[in-house]
Amino acid sequence: MSHSVKTLAVAGSLAAALAGHMATPAAAQEAKEKCFGVALAGQNDCAAGPGTTCAGTSKVDYQGNSWKLVPAGTCATMELPDGRMGSLEALDRDLPQG
Amino acid sequence: MLDQTAKRRLPARPGVGYKPQHFSSILADPTPVEWLEIHAENYMGDGGRPLAQLRHLAERFPISVHGVGLSIGGEAALDRDHLARLKQLCGWLDPASFSEHLAWSTHGAEFLNDLLPLPYTEATLARVCAHIDEVQDHVGRRMLLENPSVYVNFTETNLDEIDFLTEIAKRTGCGLLLDVNNVYVSCTNRQTDPGDYIDRFPHDLVGEIHLGGHDEDADDAGAPLLIDAHGSEVVDPVWQLYARTLARGGAKPTLIEWDNDVPDWPVLAEEATRAARILDGVPA
Amino acid sequence: MSQSEFRAALLDPSRPAPEGLTGPAGQPAGRRFDVYRNNVTVSLTEALRQAFPVIRKLVGEEFFTAMAREHLRAHPPASPLMMFYGAAMPAFLETFPPVAHLGYLPDIARLELALRQSYHAADAAPVAAEALQTLTPDAFVAARLRLAPSVRLLRSCWPIHAIWTANARNGTAPKQATAEDVLIVRPDFDPEPLLLPAGAAPFVAALAEGRTVGEALDAAGAFDLTATLGLLLGGSAIVGIITGE
Repeated sequence: MSHSVKTLAVAGSLAAALAGHMATPAAAQEAKEKCFGVALAGQNDCAAGPGTTCAGTSKVDYQGNSWKLVPAGTCATMELPDGRMGSLEALDRDLPQG
Repeated sequence: MLDQTAKRRLPARPGVGYKPQHFSSILADPTPVEWLEIHAENYMGDGGRPLAQLRHLAERFPISVHGVGLSIGGEAALDRDHLARLKQLCGWLDPASFSEHLAWSTHGAEFLNDLLPLPYTEATLARVCAHIDEVQDHVGRRMLLENPSVYVNFTETNLDEIDFLTEIAKRTGCGLLLDVNNVYVSCTNRQTDPGDYIDRFPHDLVGEIHLGGHDEDADDAGAPLLIDAHGSEVVDPVWQLYARTLARGGAKPTLIEWDNDVPDWPVLAEEATRAARILDGVPA
Repeated sequence: MSQSEFRAALLDPSRPAPEGLTGPAGQPAGRRFDVYRNNVTVSLTEALRQAFPVIRKLVGEEFFTAMAREHLRAHPPASPLMMFYGAAMPAFLETFPPVAHLGYLPDIARLELALRQSYHAADAAPVAAEALQTLTPDAFVAARLRLAPSVRLLRSCWPIHAIWTANARNGTAPKQATAEDVLIVRPDFDPEPLLLPAGAAPFVAALAEGRTVGEALDAAGAFDLTATLGLLLGGSAIVGIITGE
C-alpha cells in the first residue's frame, strides 16, 4: 500500500475509533477514584493472585501422589462445532495447522 | 482523624491484619480498630489496586509493615533485592512500625512460604544479629523481631529462647514483637509453662503484641501439638495470658491476626473489641 | 543439622524427619516435623489454586490439587513475592504427561499469569483523546504510541479468550478451535482480557516494541485497524504519544 493511501486509511480508522471512544460517558473518570475498593461488580478479584502467609495449617497434605487421576473439570464437556460433546482431544483434531 | 505526628507511632490500642475484602467496612466504621498491619510482600508490586488501597488507608490509619519473607534466620546471606524492596516500601509509606520474624523461609533460590525454625546457639545468635544489623542499616529504621511458633526442639539448642531474643535486642538495638499466641503454642508444644515465659519476657523491649487463633492436634504419642493457624478466634487461655502480659508490661499496640478462613468484618471487630476491653483496664 | 537437610526432608515425604529434631522428651520429631511439611505443601497448593482459577476449573479440583503438589515440589517459589508465583506453570503443563492431551492448558496458564502481572503493574494515566485528535494523519503514522505498563499481549493457536471467558465469566464454551490473540488492558484496577481482531497482534506487538504506527502497520497484514485502535483507546492502553524522530 502506498504511503498516501496508508495514511488516508489510518486517518479514517483513527477518526472512527476516536468517535467511538468519545461516545462513552465521561462519568467513568469520577467512578475510577472510588473503584479501588472493590473489584468489578460480579467478578472476583482473582487477578490479584495469591497473598503471603505467616500462619501454619492443621491440614495434612504432604504425601506423594499415586497418579491414577485424570482431569475432570470443564475441559471434558466442551461443545464442538458439529454438535459433538467431547473432550479437547477432539478439539485438538479440529485445530487449524500452523 | 489522626494528624501526621500521631500516625508515626502505633497507639497502645487494637489493630488488625488488613485484608482487602474488609476495605469498605474499615472505611465505613473501623471501631474499635485504630491501626492496621500489612504484610510487606503483598505491597511490593509496581501499582494497581493494592497500592491504591494502601495509600488511601495510610492517610487515615497508622500502618505497621510486617515482613514475612526476609528469612532473617537463614544460613545464607539476606536477599539484597528483597532488602531494596523493603527499603522502597518503608520509604514511601513511612510506616509507624516495621517488624519481621525469628525464622527462615528462603533456601538457595527457593522461597518455602513458611516460617521455619532455627536452633538457638552462639553461632545462630551471631548470624541473626548480623542479619538484623544489615536490615536496620539498609532500611534505615529500627525493627521489631517476633518470637516464633515452634513445633520441634533442636538437640543443638543450648540457649533459652528469651535469652536469645534479649541478647539480639541488646546487640542490635532492635525491639521485640511479642506474639502471645505463639508463646502459648510454643510452650504447650515444648511442655513448658507459658505464664512463666510471659513473666520472664523483657517487656520494656516490646513494641507490639500479636494475638491470633490456633488449631489443636496431637503428636505421635498423643501429646498436645498446637498449630499457629490464624484461622479462628483467640482462645480463652491466650486472652488470660494477654491480660498477664499487659499487667507485667503495660498497654501495648495489640494486633488481631486472622489469615486463614478470614471472617466478615464484624467477627474481626469483635475480637478487637475484646482486646480493647482488656487494654481499657491497663495503664499505658 | 543444616538448613539443607531440613529443606530436603520438607519437600520429600519419603525421607524421615531430620536427625537433631525432637519432641519435648527427646523422642524423634515425627508428626511434629510433619507440621512444617504440611505448612509448606498446603500453603503453596493454596497459592497455586488462587493463581490459576481457570486451570483449576478446567481440570477439576481434585486433579489440580494433586498436580499442584507435583508442581510445587519441582518448582517452589523463587521469591517471597507470592503474587507472582507460578511462572513455571506453563512449561510444567507442556511436559506433564497426564495433561498432554489438553494442548491449550499452557496458553491458558500464560493468560492467567499475564492477568496477574497486569493487576500489579505500575499505574499510568492514558492520553486524552484530544491529543490524538489534533495529530495530522502524517504525524500519527510517524508517531510511536507508548502503551501502559499493565498492557499484555498473548498470541495463541487455541481459542484462549473463549476458553477463559467460558470458565471465568460463565461465557459460552468455544464453538470452534480457532486461534485467538488476547490484549489485556487495565483501564483502572481490573485487568480485562480482550479478543483482538484477527491479524492485529503483530501491529500491537510492534507498537509495544516502540516502533512507529507506520512501521507497526507494515509489520502486520490485513486487520481491522479501527477496532484495534478502539480497544486500545477504550482500555486506556495508550499512555504516551512520541512524535517526531
